[in-house]
Amino acid sequence: MSVEATPVQPGSVVLRLDNQAARALVRRHYLRWWETLPWLAAAAFYFAFPAYLGFGTALLITILFALSLDLALGYAGIVTLGHAAFFGAGAYTVGLLAFHGIWTEPITSLLLAAIAAAAIGLASGLVLLRTQGLTLLMLTLCTMALLQEAANMAHNYTGGFDGLPSLDIAPLFGKFEFNPLYPDTQYLYTLAILLLCFTFIRALVYSPFGQSLTGIRENLLRMHAIGAPVRRRLVVCYTISAAIAGIAGGLWAQTNAYVNLSALDLDRAATVLIILILGGYGRLYGAFIGAVAYLALEHFLARVYPTAWQLGLGLLLVIVALYTRNGILGLGEVLWRRYRRAAK
Amino acid sequence: MIAGIDVASILLGGLAAGTVLFIVSVGLSVTMGLMGFVNLAHGAFAMFGGYVIVLAMNRAQFGFAAALAFGLVATAALSVVLEQFLYRRLYRAGELDQVLLTIGLIFIFMATLTILVGPQSQPLQLPPELGGQLNLGFVQYRTYSLFLIAVGFLIVCGIWLAFERTRIGAQIRATVDNRRMAEALGINVDRLFTITFAFGSGMAGLGGGLGAEFLGLDPQYALKYLVYFLIVVSVGGLGSVVGVYYASLLLGVLDFVLKLFLPKGGTIFIYALTILILLWRPQGLFGRKTT
Repeated sequence: MSVEATPVQPGSVVLRLDNQAARALVRRHYLRWWETLPWLAAAAFYFAFPAYLGFGTALLITILFALSLDLALGYAGIVTLGHAAFFGAGAYTVGLLAFHGIWTEPITSLLLAAIAAAAIGLASGLVLLRTQGLTLLMLTLCTMALLQEAANMAHNYTGGFDGLPSLDIAPLFGKFEFNPLYPDTQYLYTLAILLLCFTFIRALVYSPFGQSLTGIRENLLRMHAIGAPVRRRLVVCYTISAAIAGIAGGLWAQTNAYVNLSALDLDRAATVLIILILGGYGRLYGAFIGAVAYLALEHFLARVYPTAWQLGLGLLLVIVALYTRNGILGLGEVLWRRYRRAAK
Repeated sequence: MIAGIDVASILLGGLAAGTVLFIVSVGLSVTMGLMGFVNLAHGAFAMFGGYVIVLAMNRAQFGFAAALAFGLVATAALSVVLEQFLYRRLYRAGELDQVLLTIGLIFIFMATLTILVGPQSQPLQLPPELGGQLNLGFVQYRTYSLFLIAVGFLIVCGIWLAFERTRIGAQIRATVDNRRMAEALGINVDRLFTITFAFGSGMAGLGGGLGAEFLGLDPQYALKYLVYFLIVVSVGGLGSVVGVYYASLLLGVLDFVLKLFLPKGGTIFIYALTILILLWRPQGLFGRKTT
């Protein structure tokens, strides 16, 4: 099969490639069969491990929080170390409303949490997103620290360091109670919210808006050159991301029935960043993989050997940073491609 | 009561704390300015150096000066090993991979020190000649704080001279300004970075030991003060030694004053001020504007 024996007609090759590329582009956002797996697993978890539903709820909330960060950091390339600011804003919105007996209905509280977090995201985004790199990192971090100090100082309303304990959350739909001992309701409620938010994020990242975010991440100058409203897109993305982080924070407050300063901690912001990079950023399922890997390890190792957990986590992070280009999912992709090539 | 406290002693306390901050952070500023490498593990080097110094004195009966020199060299040596085997591979990688690597290193340092030395805080035994009070004429103050301020001043002068008057200093300045151009002119940026990295980490180790009085020394050190190191570096301006010096002194004095007058929630002003400064000058007070 030499090249001379089968002369290639230039036009036909281009056409065929074109079709393939075009088909891939058109079908890019189609649902694939494996995309149902996380949800099937989440449903199976409910029936298989009734004793671990509290852990499961925390896991789902972390996934949602990591997804919100993925939108800002993974898709739009906004490197932030202060995403817990929005998580905390949402958590404190729910907490303050419930603690002072103003509003306890869960779903509308979540909406209010999202609005409060979005407002902070919009206000800070308008100012901060002019900067890049270390400056942006520091500005987001300081904004979060500022909020935490403010929450600490407003002791009369927020309980300061002790936080707001035993929040009274109204039953869901007036029917299903949030029982701390049997967190069935919390788990299913969180799962439903996560599914809703995920559907929204998935639609968003495949939309022209999401495409332009990726463009901004990949080549800022070119996006400016083709006349894309870069600043506005970034601010909108940051605000949406903040709103979703606020929902995650609100869920955290509702399912735990307390809020404290840890919601606004650097620890929380750094952990979610680690989880996202560990799983793989800029892709829809990195948050899932990262959260499962991190929390499962932490849950079972940290209790028994806290120091060994710290050492193991450190080694894992170093290995992931050195040997994979984009987290566990990136590693999986490389291995999969090798396997495919070997199979051929 | 507050009115009775001498303004001079408040200032001196703040300056001493700021000096420690400067000695630890100066290396971070220069290496970040040179390579754009986000080295969050810099505080871990300071912690490592501090441990080496304190343990050398407490367990191996080193003298103060000998322990400081030993800590500096040990930290520099360790940093070169890590640089050659780990950091080097991620120079061209994105910020996020660098963040992941260096956070991982922080955890490894923290866990290793907890296992080897224990979770408790390590005390620094000052030599007797630095332990007392010194009469300056207008005010009497702790000798050790004054010693720190003097050491810090000598260090900033030394580094400034090295930057302005030596060949390697000129190469560093050129690389901070425009790395590609510097490479095109034949400056071996990789080797330059190794040298600067070792020096900066050594200084951090020295600072960790010298500052154990102020900042304490336990396995949480690397994370606890990371924000302060980063604030100083970003406010001072990447790659600017003098900028980091001023920013450190400013932060040290401000922190001291706020802790005195507003023991609760005083740090809110530090964060607010940092935000304002960075919004006003995103490149830091003394940083060069990047294109």
